[in-house]
Amino acid sequence: MALKALDYDTLNENVKKCQYAVRGELYLRASELQKEGKKIIFTNVGNPHALGQKPLTFPRQVVALCQAPFLLDDPNVGMLFPADAIARAKHYLSLTSGGLGAYSDSRGLPGVRKEVAEFIQRRDGYPSDPELIFLTDGASKGVMQILNCVIRGDGDGILVPVPQYPLYSATISLLGGTLVPYYLDESENWGLDVNNLRQSVAQARSQGITVRAMVIINPGNPTGQCLSEANLREILKYCYNEKLVLLGDEVYQQNIYQDERPFISSKKVLMDMGSPFSNGVQLVSFHTVSKGYWGECGQRGGYFEMTNLPPRVVEEIYKVASIALSPNVSAQIFMGLMVSPPKPGDISYDQFARESKGILESLRRRARIMTDGFNSCKNVVCNFTEGAMYSFPQIRLPPGAIQAAKQAGKVPDVFYCLKLLEATGISTVPGSGFGQKEGVFHLRTTILPAEEEMPEIMDSFKKFNDEFMSQYDNNVGYSRM
Amino acid sequence: MRRFLINQAKGLVDHSRRQHHHKSPSFLSPQPRPLASSPPALSRFFSSTSEMSASDSTSSLPVTLDSINPKVLKCEYAVRGEIVNIAQKLQEDLKTNKDAYPFDEIIYCNIGNPQSLGQLPIKFFREVLALCDHASLLDESETHGLFSTDSIDRAWRILDHIPGRATGAYSHSQGIKGLRDVIAAGIEARDGFPADPNDIFLTDGASPAVHMMMQLLLSSEKDGILCPIPQYPLYSASIALHGGSLVPYYLDEATGWGLEISDLKKQLEEARSKGISVRALVVINPGNPTGQVLAEENQRDIVNFCKQEGLVLLADEVYQENVYVPDKKFHSFKKVARSLGYGEKDISLVSFQSVSKGYYGECGKRGGYMEVTGFTSDVREQIYKMASVNLCSNISGQILASLVMSPPKPGDDSYDSYMAERDGILSSMAKRAKTLEDALNSLEGVTCNRAEGAMYLFPRINLPQKAIEAAEAEKTAPDAFYCKRLLNATGVVVVPGSGFGQVPGTWHFRCTILPQEDKIPAIVNRLTDFHKSFMDEFRN
Repeated sequence: MALKALDYDTLNENVKKCQYAVRGELYLRASELQKEGKKIIFTNVGNPHALGQKPLTFPRQVVALCQAPFLLDDPNVGMLFPADAIARAKHYLSLTSGGLGAYSDSRGLPGVRKEVAEFIQRRDGYPSDPELIFLTDGASKGVMQILNCVIRGDGDGILVPVPQYPLYSATISLLGGTLVPYYLDESENWGLDVNNLRQSVAQARSQGITVRAMVIINPGNPTGQCLSEANLREILKYCYNEKLVLLGDEVYQQNIYQDERPFISSKKVLMDMGSPFSNGVQLVSFHTVSKGYWGECGQRGGYFEMTNLPPRVVEEIYKVASIALSPNVSAQIFMGLMVSPPKPGDISYDQFARESKGILESLRRRARIMTDGFNSCKNVVCNFTEGAMYSFPQIRLPPGAIQAAKQAGKVPDVFYCLKLLEATGISTVPGSGFGQKEGVFHLRTTILPAEEEMPEIMDSFKKFNDEFMSQYDNNVGYSRM
Repeated sequence: MRRFLINQAKGLVDHSRRQHHHKSPSFLSPQPRPLASSPPALSRFFSSTSEMSASDSTSSLPVTLDSINPKVLKCEYAVRGEIVNIAQKLQEDLKTNKDAYPFDEIIYCNIGNPQSLGQLPIKFFREVLALCDHASLLDESETHGLFSTDSIDRAWRILDHIPGRATGAYSHSQGIKGLRDVIAAGIEARDGFPADPNDIFLTDGASPAVHMMMQLLLSSEKDGILCPIPQYPLYSASIALHGGSLVPYYLDEATGWGLEISDLKKQLEEARSKGISVRALVVINPGNPTGQVLAEENQRDIVNFCKQEGLVLLADEVYQENVYVPDKKFHSFKKVARSLGYGEKDISLVSFQSVSKGYYGECGKRGGYMEVTGFTSDVREQIYKMASVNLCSNISGQILASLVMSPPKPGDDSYDSYMAERDGILSSMAKRAKTLEDALNSLEGVTCNRAEGAMYLFPRINLPQKAIEAAEAEKTAPDAFYCKRLLNATGVVVVPGSGFGQVPGTWHFRCTILPQEDKIPAIVNRLTDFHKSFMDEFRN
C-alpha cells in the first residue's frame, strides 16, 4: 500500500497554527457570494486601487518607459510621455545593470537606496546610511525577515499591540515564537500605556519567556491612532531599559487625518533623545509603496532601515536576503519615485500635486464620514480614524446575538460580520482577527470605498445594524440562522 | 575590538578545521555550526572595519550575532558569497586604478542573470507589460504608432481579467484568476494533459514557492528532504532556514550527472535508519549547476520511486526552455506522471517554473509559479493560507508568467520577430555552451560534462597537491582558492563547487554561459592563460 506523502496530520504544526483573518473566512465567503452574482464591497484589506483609487500618473509613465526602453529611442515618444518622465526613466535605467529584467543587488539598487536615505534625512533631519536600508518585495517580506532573525524558538517573545495587523501574529506562529500581547486602550483613543507594556512583559517573563522585541504600528492598524512624541519617547526608553529591539511599522506615515499629532518617525525621536538611547536602542523601521496616497499594493515594494544593529548581524540579514536573489526591480523604481517625487517647477508637478492632494483630502473626509456614520448606529461606538486606512468600530452585541453565534458555532463578531455580508454585500474583517479584549467585539473596515458611494454604504450598514440590534435585543436565548 | 578579532580568528580556525576534517560543505555535515564562529567565507566584514565599534562586542543589546536565530547563521548561499564580494571591490577599484589589473572589466559568471550581461528582453513581452503598467496609453491614438497590434490586443485581454484594470491592487492570493487560466492552458498545450488553474500559485519568482513548500514539509530536524548533490543552494539554504535535514543523493559525474535510483534508495534507507522522516525528493531538470536533461525513462523511475516511498516530488523545472542538444528533450514530471497513469490521488507533485530563465531571462521581474497536484483539500487550504499572509505576488510578474506560458502564435503580428529573438537567444546559448565546454576540456587536468540544458558549466579541476596545500595555508577551500586566483588574474567571477556540494576530494566551479558572444573569445583566452600559469606554479 502506497505511503501517504503529505497529509494534514504531518504538516508543520506552525503552519496549522498560523491565522490570517484578512483573507480568511469572511473574505472566502464574500468571494463565493461574488461568484454567485452578489455585489460585494470589499473593505477587508487596505487595497485602494481595487476600490477605484487611480494610480498616480507620473510613476506609471516612468515605469512603463522602463519596461519598454526601446520606446525611448522612438522619435514620437514625446507625444505620449512628458519630458520629465522620460528623463526619470533614463535615470532609473542607468541605476540598474541591465534594466528591469536583471537581478539587482540583493539589498536593492544602490542608487535607489541612496534616494531612500536622502528622503529619510530630509524627513527626520538626521543622516541615514544607504547600506543599512534594504528594499524588499513589500514591507511584509521585510517584517518576516527581521522576525526570522530575532526568533530562535518558542522561548522568544515578541510584544505586539492588541489589536494588531495579523501579519505579526501569523509570522510569529510560523516562526515558532511566542506573541506577547500588550493592550491598547480603546477609551483613550487606542492610546499606548507603558504600564500595560510593563504588565505584559512581567507576565511573559514569569512564564519563562525572553521578550526580545516590541512591535509598534504607527499610525496604527486596525486602530488608526497616531502616537505622540511623548509616547514614542516613553516607548524608546522602555526598549532601552528592557533591552528590546523596536520594530517600527510606519507604512501609514503619509495617512494622517488630524493635525494634533503629525507623524514623527521612531528614528527621529530616538536621535533627538541623544546618547545613551540614540546609540543604544536597536530599531528597524518599515515603509512601503502600498499605502499613503500611492496605494500601489500590487507592485510589492517596501524597505526597512536598521539602526544600531551590529555589522555582523546586518551581514547575516544580507546573506538571507541574497538567497531570494533580489527584490523586483519595478517596485524599487516605484520606491525611488515615492521618496523623490516631482518637485515644483517640474513639468509633471502640478498634475502630481493635484492627484496626491485629491486623494489625501478625500481620505481625510472619508475617515470622518465613516467614524460619524458608525457612531450614529445603535450599539456601535467608533474612535476617530486619526491615520492609516481603517475604521475599527466596537459593536456592542446583545446577549441574544452572542447566544445565537454560539449556537451557530461562530465567534460572535464573525457571526455579525457574516450577517452583515449576506445582508449588504459589505465584506469586513471581524475584530477577533486582530485581537481584542475578552468579550469586546469589533470589526475592521477600510475607509477606501469611493467618496460618492460612502453615504449609501453607511446607510446600508446602519439599516442592517439597527435591525440586527432590534432582533437580538428582544430575543434572549432565541437563535435564528 | 579585541573580542571581535578573537572571534574572527576563531572563525577562521574553525573553518579550516572543517576543511581538514569535513571536506563537504556545512549543509552536508551532521553538526550544526557553533554560534560563536562565523564562516569567513561569508563574512562581508572585511569591507566595513571602520563601522566596527563597541556595539559588536556589547552583549547588552538584544540582537547580536550570538543571539540571532541559529538557523540564519547555519544557512549558506555561495552564489552571492565571498567571491562576489571580492569581485565588487575589484570592480570599484578598477574605476580609478585601471592599470593595476591585467583586465579592464569584471565579468560576472557567478549567477544566471542574462540581462545583466547584455541579453535583451523579448520585445513583445515588454510591450504588453508597459501597456498594462500605464493602461491609459490604450486610450491614446498615438499608441498604435509605437506598439505592435497584438501587444495592444493582449494588454486589453489581460486588463479585462483585472477588476477596474487596477494593476496596482492586491490580487487573489494565488494570482489573478484569468492569468492562471492562461497558464493552465499553456501547461496543457505543453504536456497534453489538463491543468487546473486552482492548482497554480503565482509567486515572486520560483524561490518563494520553494520556501513555502519547505515550510509546510519541515517541522524539525527529523524531517528530511532528498536533494541532488551538486544542487542549487536555494535548497540547502531553505532546508536550513526551516530547520529540516538535507538528505543528499549524489549525481554521477562519470555518466553525465546521471541519477541512479539505487543511490536514491540507499540514501533514503540510510536516512530512515537514523530516524529521519524523509518527506520529499527534489529534482532539478534541466539541472543546476550540472546542466543535464533527464532521460524520460529516468523520469519514470523517479516518479515510481516517489509513489512507492510516499515522497512528495518537488520538480524544479525553471530551465525547461533551455535545452541545447538534439538528443534530449524536456518532459515535465507532470506529463511523465500522467503518462504512467498516475492521477491526483496517486502522487503528490509540485512543479516550479520561473520567468527568470529560458530565453526570456527576466530575473528582475520576480515572476514564477508552482503547480500543486495530488494534495488533499485540507492541505491545499494551508498552502493557500500561507500564500495569503503575503497577500499576493507582484502583478507585473504575474502578467509576465502568463505571457511566458502563452507567447505569440503563428499568424500573430509579432510572431516572426518574437521567434527570431527567441531562436537567436537559444542558438547563441547553445553555441556559447559548446565553446566554453570545449575550452574547459582543453585545459590540463580539467574535465567538463556538456551542458545539455540550463545556463551553466560545472567543470571538474584535478588540483595538484601543491595547490591544495597552498589553499590550506591560506585557510581557504581548494576550489575557492582556484576561483579567487582566477578572479584576480582574469576578472571572471565563478562560484566554487563547494557552494553546490560535490563528492569529497573533488573540486569544481560553476560558470555561466551567459556573457555575450563577442566576449567569449577573450574569456577563453584569459582562462586558458591563467590555467596554464596556475598549473605551472603548482604542478607536482
